[in-house]
Amino acid sequence: MPVIAVRETVTWRQRTSARQLALWVGWLALAALFVFSWQVMTKNTIWAFVWDAPQQAGDLVSRMANPRLGYLSQLWWPLWETINIATLGTLLAIILSVPLAFLAARNTTPSAILVRPVALLIIVSSRSINSIIWGLLLVAIIGPGQVAGIFAIMLRSLGFIGKLLYEAIEEIDPSQVEAVTATGASRSQVIDYGIVPQILPAFAGITVFRWDINIRESTVLGLVGAGGLGLKLQASLNVLAWNQVTVIFIVILATVLLSEWVSAKIRHAII
Amino acid sequence: MTPTTAARRWRRPVFIRSRAWRFAIYGGAVLYLVLAVGSLEVNWLRIYEGLDRGWRFVQGFLAPDFTRRWRDIVVGFEESLTMTVTSTVVGVLISIPIGIGAARNMAPLPVYYVCRAIVALSRAFQEIIIAILFVAMFGFGPFAGFLTLSFATIGFLAKLLAEDIEDIDEAQAEAVRATGANWGQLVNYAIQPQVMPRLIGLSLYRLDINFRESAVIGIVGAGGIGATLNTAMERYAYDTAAAIMILIIVIVMLAEYSSSHIRKWVQ
Repeated sequence: MPVIAVRETVTWRQRTSARQLALWVGWLALAALFVFSWQVMTKNTIWAFVWDAPQQAGDLVSRMANPRLGYLSQLWWPLWETINIATLGTLLAIILSVPLAFLAARNTTPSAILVRPVALLIIVSSRSINSIIWGLLLVAIIGPGQVAGIFAIMLRSLGFIGKLLYEAIEEIDPSQVEAVTATGASRSQVIDYGIVPQILPAFAGITVFRWDINIRESTVLGLVGAGGLGLKLQASLNVLAWNQVTVIFIVILATVLLSEWVSAKIRHAII
Repeated sequence: MTPTTAARRWRRPVFIRSRAWRFAIYGGAVLYLVLAVGSLEVNWLRIYEGLDRGWRFVQGFLAPDFTRRWRDIVVGFEESLTMTVTSTVVGVLISIPIGIGAARNMAPLPVYYVCRAIVALSRAFQEIIIAILFVAMFGFGPFAGFLTLSFATIGFLAKLLAEDIEDIDEAQAEAVRATGANWGQLVNYAIQPQVMPRLIGLSLYRLDINFRESAVIGIVGAGGIGATLNTAMERYAYDTAAAIMILIIVIVMLAEYSSSHIRKWVQ
């Protein structure tokens, strides 16, 4: 933090002039990028639709205002499906991501040149694609329904759990591994007694966290046909039954809040 | 050494200590699994038929077709990327005052509750549900997507920013306050320098998330590459769909790589 003399009076400034200038240029570039993006984005926007949005919103609220509570009875089975999609999808992802994480971690990978990049590529590809897009793909391939949803959740969670887990493996305390190795333990025993106990709390936290996210995502997976509550949402939206949509939103919200509460409890108990 | 000590063996500690709880939890898990797997409706015939399509998709991935629908792909990515930039900028700008308002050590109680309520509202629903509502209100196209992502950014960023402000080093704030600084100067000289690196990091992370989400909300009509991808999938144009997905992966990787560099440079 420099002290700069301006007309013989010494003043304190937060930054040097050069840094200040660089900062302004940076902000200017960001502003220019924003204006440019805005113009490209709104090129085809029909502003008449935007301006009458308050009216549309009022209309929507009046249609959604009296929820059809009788519809609730049709939602229990999709809710059960939704929970199963999230849970079974997470379980499958765990089974696949544990070996993947061990292959990707620098200190446990069998080959840093051949195996590690492949494992990292799988992790990054899985993470880049949202579960709804995986759902879209799987519904096209294996047909609509729960199974597509489970595999969509699995494909997305694989990268998430894999990434966080391999980072946890890389951060372990090497002295414990050395101690177990010094007893003459085999490679699998080193992993079992030296590494697994160290990453187990992180692993449990990661999976419960992902399960919570998966509950959220599986509520809307049905929008592309992959089973659960989203299917009912899609059906209600198609016939513009907004009073049913309200009921579904309430169920989704309650499920999400409950799963957040459960996962917070479990994580609290484990860690 | 006495024989008794030699007979003692070390056993690894069990995960759940109480015996009754252990049986209850494991038993419950097994019961749930049986019920859940039992209620799956698997149409093996349909899956068998689908294997052929799956194979065609794998082929599409190996030989993606960038050229035939290049115009549509460009328009889709143009919408997605511009939507990402504008929504992140607007979302960050709005979430800064809300984040300050939602920090217990900066705001009076009524303001705190209002800001926390805004954060909770924005975090309650996924982007795609908000997109459905905004498309119904503002019409199809990237403008609805922009609003959706801005709204979602507020909940994410304001919450994390508020937590960060609550965790600041109080001594610095006290020192600035002792010079007679007013509230604005306090924010500018005591809070801002402490939270800025993390705010930039979080904004870049959110930029990344917004891009990924922009690929999804197109499915419900909110513009962007998701709409193009959905169309490609509906037409069974797997080679085009594969091209789009590869481009998404590449852009996300580039964004992650460059944002880690910017973060290092900022800190």
